[in-house]
Amino acid sequence: MFNFSVEKQTESSEFDQVTLWDLLIIGGGPAGLNAALYAKRKGLKVGVIADEIGGQLHNTTTVDNYLGFKMIQGEELSNTFLEHVQALEVPILKSVRVLEVIHLNPDYQLKISSGKMVTSKTVLLATGGAPRKLNIPGEDTYANKGVTYCATCDAPFFKDKHVIVAGGGNSAVEGVLDLLAWAKKITIAHRSQFRADQILLNQIKELDQLDINLETQILSIIGGEEMTGIQVLDKKTNEKRIIQADGLLIEIGTEPNANLIKDLVKTNMRNEIIVDQNQMTSLPGLYAAGDVTEQPFKQIVISVAEGAKAALAVNQYLQQNYKGEN
Amino acid sequence: MEKLLNEDVSKQIKQALQPMQNNIKMVLFTKEGGCNTCEETKQLLTEVEPLNDKISVEFKDIDMDKDLAESFDVIDVPTFVVLNDKDEYRGVKFQGIPAGHEINSFLSALVFMSGLDLGLDPKIIERISKIDKPVDIKVFVTLSCPHCPGAVSTAHSLAMLNDHIQASMVESQTFFELSKKYNVSGVPKIIINEDHELLGNQPIDAFLSEIEKL
Repeated sequence: MFNFSVEKQTESSEFDQVTLWDLLIIGGGPAGLNAALYAKRKGLKVGVIADEIGGQLHNTTTVDNYLGFKMIQGEELSNTFLEHVQALEVPILKSVRVLEVIHLNPDYQLKISSGKMVTSKTVLLATGGAPRKLNIPGEDTYANKGVTYCATCDAPFFKDKHVIVAGGGNSAVEGVLDLLAWAKKITIAHRSQFRADQILLNQIKELDQLDINLETQILSIIGGEEMTGIQVLDKKTNEKRIIQADGLLIEIGTEPNANLIKDLVKTNMRNEIIVDQNQMTSLPGLYAAGDVTEQPFKQIVISVAEGAKAALAVNQYLQQNYKGEN
Repeated sequence: MEKLLNEDVSKQIKQALQPMQNNIKMVLFTKEGGCNTCEETKQLLTEVEPLNDKISVEFKDIDMDKDLAESFDVIDVPTFVVLNDKDEYRGVKFQGIPAGHEINSFLSALVFMSGLDLGLDPKIIERISKIDKPVDIKVFVTLSCPHCPGAVSTAHSLAMLNDHIQASMVESQTFFELSKKYNVSGVPKIIINEDHELLGNQPIDAFLSEIEKL
């Protein structure tokens, strides 16, 4: 529980001094931090811009599928990554957002929320994903009035209450485990079958306070001032019914945080960035890695690996294909 | 009573506090007869004090030291404020125990109140300095929320840089009635001057944009 990262809000000085970066990484999650590590080791002039270090690792209580760590807290793993990158003195501009990516061909200019503009020969977008919404009636009305997307943050508000968990993947099952200490009853409502790892499913199969509704589609969230339940469609019987509950944790995957460059590069139907085998987008010098890309398995270890691949490919691009002045 | 901080954690805190520049003082208000988490908060501050010689702690009673409590706008317990080396209140307050993930915002407040440069962009500092209306920021947190310390530290940074701003971490479970008053059921929830709100850990420019609307 005690993980320390007492740091400056931003470290602007290096960002004021460098006029042309080799690589600027947008995002401070596993993909971005590992790309920073690999790029720095190659000798590149690399910087990271991140509104929050750790990314989605902060939404996970424990990680138990990252090789080398049988069980580690998400935040602790994030701090371990950060310490490694900081040991190499990679400048990190924190608590700011990149508002715009401008292609100057061959370079890129980034407009930052503090008002600063920075220029780089290459850019890596490693902005990850945000919780996917159900997009059903009542979801916005009851956001933070029962509806939540962060079990670790909001579980205490469900003390002795009945909470529905939407989803059937690893995050949903982990959400159930996070709620166990607080909620008196938990109901899983998922439109198809479980996709979660068997090792996680084994942990919930004999829980007294858990009710599992598979093949159950959530149609709407109902209530007055606060939510009081959900309306569902039982896909086996084709019947609609109401499940009364105090809260709804939505864990149905992520939406890519791709807005910054989605109009500059090719994306798929889900707005995920399409990249080649070297993590390069359809624009030379612009790379993407981690959950923002179209790769289907959103896993920490895959994001970390993609970050490394992107950094190595950037190094090669700068040596062989960069059209500007070196 | 069993120690809150074991040897390993104390060592880590000591290291985190090493960049401290000048003296700071924490003034904790509790109540005779006790209150929910008053003892734990007192114990946490007592255990942190010896980890850096620039830290001192004073314990007060909200009823017996009423005038002092009022001077810091302390209305409930446990609440503590962090004063700078001139014993000045710069608007940095904690309502409830900053344990769990909030240990990070707690240590940040001590280190930066001691005078360590916040490292903010000059353009952001300029925007902060232009705020000339009273601003009260409450950041509601739970101790299990990893996104919350960032929001608390941002609010505290604003307070440290402008005398018109005061910022408080509010631990939602201890301050249950206050949480209910502001309809808090998801955190971090940021309330600015009673009726402006932000959800989630927001970057400092988002705080400023909201404050500039006041």
